Amino acid sequence: MMNTHVDEASELVQFPIQRTCPFAIPPVYTKFREGSPVSQVVLPDGGKAWLVTKYEDVRAVMSNPKLSSDRRKKDFPVVVPGQNAALSKHAPFMIILDDPEHAELRRPVISEFSVRRVAALKPRIQEIVDGFIDDMLKLPKPVDLNQVFSLPVPSLLVSEILGMPFEGHEYFMELAEVLLRRTTDEQGRIDISVKLRQYMDKLVEEKIDNPGDDLLSRQIELQRQQGGIDRPGLASLCLLVLLAGHETTANMINLGVFSMLTKPELLAEIKADPSKTPKAVDELLRFYTIPDFGAHRLAMEDVEIGGVLIRKGEAVIASTFAANRDPAVFDDPEELDFSRDARHHVAFGYGPHQCLGQNLGRVELQVVFDTLFRRLPDLRLAVPAEELSFKSDALVYGLYSLPVTW
Amino acid sequence: MRLEKNHERCIGAGQCVLTEPRIFDQDDRGLVRVLIEQPQGADEAAAHKAVFICPARALSIAED
Repeated sequence: MMNTHVDEASELVQFPIQRTCPFAIPPVYTKFREGSPVSQVVLPDGGKAWLVTKYEDVRAVMSNPKLSSDRRKKDFPVVVPGQNAALSKHAPFMIILDDPEHAELRRPVISEFSVRRVAALKPRIQEIVDGFIDDMLKLPKPVDLNQVFSLPVPSLLVSEILGMPFEGHEYFMELAEVLLRRTTDEQGRIDISVKLRQYMDKLVEEKIDNPGDDLLSRQIELQRQQGGIDRPGLASLCLLVLLAGHETTANMINLGVFSMLTKPELLAEIKADPSKTPKAVDELLRFYTIPDFGAHRLAMEDVEIGGVLIRKGEAVIASTFAANRDPAVFDDPEELDFSRDARHHVAFGYGPHQCLGQNLGRVELQVVFDTLFRRLPDLRLAVPAEELSFKSDALVYGLYSLPVTW
Repeated sequence: MRLEKNHERCIGAGQCVLTEPRIFDQDDRGLVRVLIEQPQGADEAAAHKAVFICPARALSIAED
């Protein structure tokens, strides 16, 4: 089977599984889902894990408290070499903890990303999007949309929400890019993590001295009232929000623009009726499901998933990508169809760890697509689609660059 | 039908609000508020959808 690597010793399929086509899911996922939806795979370090590929089973894994997210545990699977070691350089991110520790960190920030709060940000999101388009229009054509628009828009927005200076952000983005590369080795990942930690620590200190009207200042004040400021914890919170909030959105902007430029019938749908854009955004999220490495869990007790017994101490990978292409839940799942109601997709995960910023991400993408194609009606690719470079070697799928003209 | 919420489980993802803001809202802490406890007609389907979509299984339906 094309692009599937089988480990010689164990004869198991190797995970992660690389994409070769921006549209079609690698056939091995479909083969697993149809034949053995809970199936063993081998990880880069030789460890084994159960790969879960059906929608129903993926939701069951991600909401089962017996399946731990705690990467501090010794037997936690290593899907990305050096990732767990790199994470140990920070106060634990909420995403690597189980409840109740996870809830203690998440609860104070959930109101910052509520549907209402995000709706109130929409005018500012519009301004940011328009501002970067104004700047782009002054540039000689063609431009790399990724560099001049897709990355800066979410980066500036998330920096403002946190209350962090946008100056110096390029340094952060350089570090983050290396961190998110699948090929970065263990020591490289650890070195980058130390640098990111130092960068965030400094920003937290500056904010303690100069508070403002922003997420970080509110967290500092809340903690002060509760008896003490957890500086390392705040550095981790900010780093998590920055990491989760800039590159993922940029990837979805690029993939969405690419999709609509190469499939004009899709673009025509949202141009004819912008009230369809929210639906289109959820369908794009479902279709691309950009986190390629899946959700990792460690069984704390024996658990049955999809009729398969997973023993205490065994590793589980829930593939949200495979789940979102499950024909039992989505008709013709390999079709990118803007008229589909895809809201129940699991591109943002499922269970207690579901993406904190998902409402923000949705609104950003809606404003971006509506504004970009309205202001640049002649927007088109500046190179043949076959020459585009996709992130099949990264942790999160997307495009390395998107040359466009108008 | 009667909608029930569980604030112990709620993670404030707001997916119910996004599904039907007439039935659901989030309080100052970001946790779910049920605005219509006994949805009827078209609201019933929206309530079922919100229960299904909730990532934290913090919503349930009690049939009277």
